[in-house]
Amino acid sequence: MTKSLTLSARDIGKVFSGRTIISGISFSLESRQSLGLTGPNGSGKSTLLKILAGVLSPTSGIVALTEGGSGIPEGDRFRHIGFVAPYLQLYDEFTAMENLEFTDQIRGAGKSREELESLLERVKLLPRKADLVRTYSSGMKQRLKYAFALVHKPPLLFLDEPASNLDRDGIAIVRDIILEQKSRGMVVIATNDQEDLQFCDSVVSVDRAAGGGSHER
Amino acid sequence: MKGNARSPVIVVFLKDVRSELRTRYALNALIMFVLTTLSIILFSIGSEDVSPDVLSGVLWIIIFFSSMSGLSRTFVSEEERGTVMTLQLLAKPLQIYYGKLLFNIFLMFLINILAVTLYVLFINSFTVRSYDVFALTIFLGTLGLASAATIIAAIIAKANSKGTLYPVLSFPILLPLMLTVINATRLAVNGATLLESVGEFQVLVSYIVVMVTVSYLVFDYVWKE
Repeated sequence: MTKSLTLSARDIGKVFSGRTIISGISFSLESRQSLGLTGPNGSGKSTLLKILAGVLSPTSGIVALTEGGSGIPEGDRFRHIGFVAPYLQLYDEFTAMENLEFTDQIRGAGKSREELESLLERVKLLPRKADLVRTYSSGMKQRLKYAFALVHKPPLLFLDEPASNLDRDGIAIVRDIILEQKSRGMVVIATNDQEDLQFCDSVVSVDRAAGGGSHER
Repeated sequence: MKGNARSPVIVVFLKDVRSELRTRYALNALIMFVLTTLSIILFSIGSEDVSPDVLSGVLWIIIFFSSMSGLSRTFVSEEERGTVMTLQLLAKPLQIYYGKLLFNIFLMFLINILAVTLYVLFINSFTVRSYDVFALTIFLGTLGLASAATIIAAIIAKANSKGTLYPVLSFPILLPLMLTVINATRLAVNGATLLESVGEFQVLVSYIVVMVTVSYLVFDYVWKE
């Protein structure tokens, strides 16, 4: 039986070069729950996602990821998360398959070639698995990022603008991934798209001008 | 499968080797630098009889500037391609650091073998009399250069003026290393024994230990924005 995971943020703030980007963000999220982050452009949604993922340090406040009641050190947080964002880049000089093999090996996920191919099939990139990523369109790159994020079946998935660059088929694939992730773990989605927010159990507004805050759906 | 799992350090190293073979990001710059500098030195020396002591210094000038032209790429290329965050999401900072260090050591050995071979072949006045001292000097000098250059590359990758900052920041840090390897090379050229050169090797080993330890302590802060 897998231990339940909890993500909690308390009074998170971030200041860049004297400018306050976010402040006073607090919430708690448990397994099989999803959270939406909304706010206008430049309000700090992506910054907050990076802080939650452990890529950025908050200026104030605490982020805690616990498994079965015991805290996971910040340095080990990356093992439990998947991250998809338009600004996340994969290696252009490698093929899609080589990118996934690199991800699998560095994470020690131990996936077979068939399992990695089935991930590519899921995002409809299997026929292009041997092509260099630099030859991909932005939508195909976005699909590949989903395969990259799911290699180790993370219990916590962070999505920044999940439908960015995607066509209708791509959006359907992503919504399917979100639903599956909700059934076995947690999802945090930064978006202003109302259709994406439908998948969220609660929503936190990162808009400082509007006072911020969270509400249940 | 899990039984065949490689260390993340090795995975980062192999990724960098494969990436370098595809893009020739650093290799071409390093090889071209060695070849052009050596040609210029050959033309400027001509048939002059230059003392071996001076030539010991010239060899390390070639190695120093070629390393400056290529070793920063290991971190700068990640920054320019926007893959820093990808790596941050995949492994611990020190695993990335050691993978990059391993790659820079590998690259530096390749370049130094090329530079030293061509130098010994084409510069007639440069004759090594003590091969064991010379080999150990090149070995420890390469490790020292790579260990300092890797952490400096990680620091300057975050800066705007990367190209200028790298040699400027590297020079004072590499000065003790350069003075020691030039002196050790001079001893090798003059036929000193290993025992007579032990003081230089002690300094080189200490330098490498200090560099790797400092990098171990600061890399977390450098790597994370």
